[in-house]
Amino acid sequence: MTPSRTTTCLLLLTVPVVLILCLMAGPAGFGLPDTSTLAGRALLELRLLRVVTGFVVGAALALSGCALQAILRNALAEPYVLGVSSGSSLGAALTIVTGLVQLTPLALPAGAFVVGGLTLLLVCLVSGRAGHYSPNTLILVGVVASSMLSSLLMLVLALADTLALHSITWWMMGNLQATSWTLVLIVTVLIAISAALLFSQVPALNALLLGSETARHLGVETRIVLPLVLGAAALATSAAVSLAGCIGFVGLIVPHTLRRVVGANHRRLLPAATLCGGAFLVVCDTLARLLFAPREVPVGVITALSGGPFFLYLLLRNHETHETP
Amino acid sequence: MIHLEHIHAAYNGQPVLTDVSLHLAHGECAALVGPNGAGKSSLLRVITGQLPARGSRRIAGGDPARCNAREFARHVAVVPQDLPQDIPFAAYEFVSLGRTAYLPRFGTPSKADHDAVQEAMDVTGTWHLRHRALTAMSGGERQRLAIAVALAAQPDILLLDEPTSHLDLRHRVDLMALLLRLNRDRKITILMVIHDLTLASQFFSRIILLSQGIKLADGTPAEVLRPDLLEAAYGCPVNVIPLPDLATVCVLPALAST
Repeated sequence: MTPSRTTTCLLLLTVPVVLILCLMAGPAGFGLPDTSTLAGRALLELRLLRVVTGFVVGAALALSGCALQAILRNALAEPYVLGVSSGSSLGAALTIVTGLVQLTPLALPAGAFVVGGLTLLLVCLVSGRAGHYSPNTLILVGVVASSMLSSLLMLVLALADTLALHSITWWMMGNLQATSWTLVLIVTVLIAISAALLFSQVPALNALLLGSETARHLGVETRIVLPLVLGAAALATSAAVSLAGCIGFVGLIVPHTLRRVVGANHRRLLPAATLCGGAFLVVCDTLARLLFAPREVPVGVITALSGGPFFLYLLLRNHETHETP
Repeated sequence: MIHLEHIHAAYNGQPVLTDVSLHLAHGECAALVGPNGAGKSSLLRVITGQLPARGSRRIAGGDPARCNAREFARHVAVVPQDLPQDIPFAAYEFVSLGRTAYLPRFGTPSKADHDAVQEAMDVTGTWHLRHRALTAMSGGERQRLAIAVALAAQPDILLLDEPTSHLDLRHRVDLMALLLRLNRDRKITILMVIHDLTLASQFFSRIILLSQGIKLADGTPAEVLRPDLLEAAYGCPVNVIPLPDLATVCVLPALAST
């Protein structure tokens, strides 16, 4: 128990250092921009906005992935499993095709958030009625909703003109350069609310690892807690997606990796996943900015390419230690 | 402690319990036996309030269907048939799950929580395993830990659903001895579903026989474990062989001669 506590503390101390390093990294070299010039200050603000966005989005995805993996008791569970990515993409696409984006910069994130949120609400309502939020029902309903929405999205894409098609595709790849502080602030508040809700359910999340029936025996009011956790995870995910698009892999890989590092107890896992999820995405985004500078690659490419092999390595390493007691 | 009066219950319209009345006094200990599908687990689910039922039920002074889960869990603990075994928890963390009903929001355990966990692990002989991973435990150790989880909640009533089914001879006897000790020393009321009738006759002074949702018999092993009753319940001829030295019986299915 003690080594994992030490690891947790080490992880928590590394996070701010990593964030500052990423803030300093730029295509022109390492170090903060010259703040005495107007351009320097603008550049710094842009980078700061980007680091904050990356952190908030990564934290939200890892946090809700962590909570969903606990209640769905499925290794493949991640924030998008309940259909939010398809829902949000459809919402974003609709605002682009209908021209609503031209009215206000908030239209696109709002559209993505609303449709993504509605999708999750629908998935939760159907699963609650059909199977008392049993993991299998939730996943099944999520997959069905996802494919239905993807088809709708394809329909929209087929009918869209080239320009709209291009912006929809770019949005779907994910991008962490937020357009305004106001937007980041709104999203941060939403994510903070759902984080507070999830953190307040740490004992319940632990008990739910034993299945919802046993959790109820242990004193978890599952009829309230399950919809609450689902709702909070959904809120965090749709807020994150509305800000940055569908960045894959963070919500799947970060909780899994940390479970192997700090253990499955949510009292450590949830804060660790939140902080490391944020830091991981910021690092990946920094790489996305710099690797092919001046060109930028979608951050989702980096998250998958760097997180995947690392996770496989952990899987193999832990497997070996289990084999030789 | 457990009062069920004229309970009727159904799963998807199919009746699973018909007019079952059952009373267990504080500190009593009883075995629940019967063939597969007799309604044993359903009866436990009626007691925990998970299965809606007609009739009156009072468990530890309250109606389980109305009581909130947190309050109920402090009085009634359940040891399920099998718990997931792949959770990467150390034994201590696992047993701590039994304290869920006492933890505040955000879940920081207090000294009282730690003491209750340590005591539950002491009683079940698992304290020395506390740092070991759950995944590395044997079947017997895991079953003792499952009981420790239940005990950590400091319940008045312990419901067990076939805890001995995966255990070998020695572990079965050890487990039963542990349960009887808990019943004697702490006056924990115990109701246990068990398939092994011989083991039931050896350790329980009261046996309740269910068949097709009906309570067929309720009494001492001698009163309940009768060939005619068992044949009616299980639908096969049964030999009940008295073991005079042990004051118990051995129950064997009678094989039809070919």
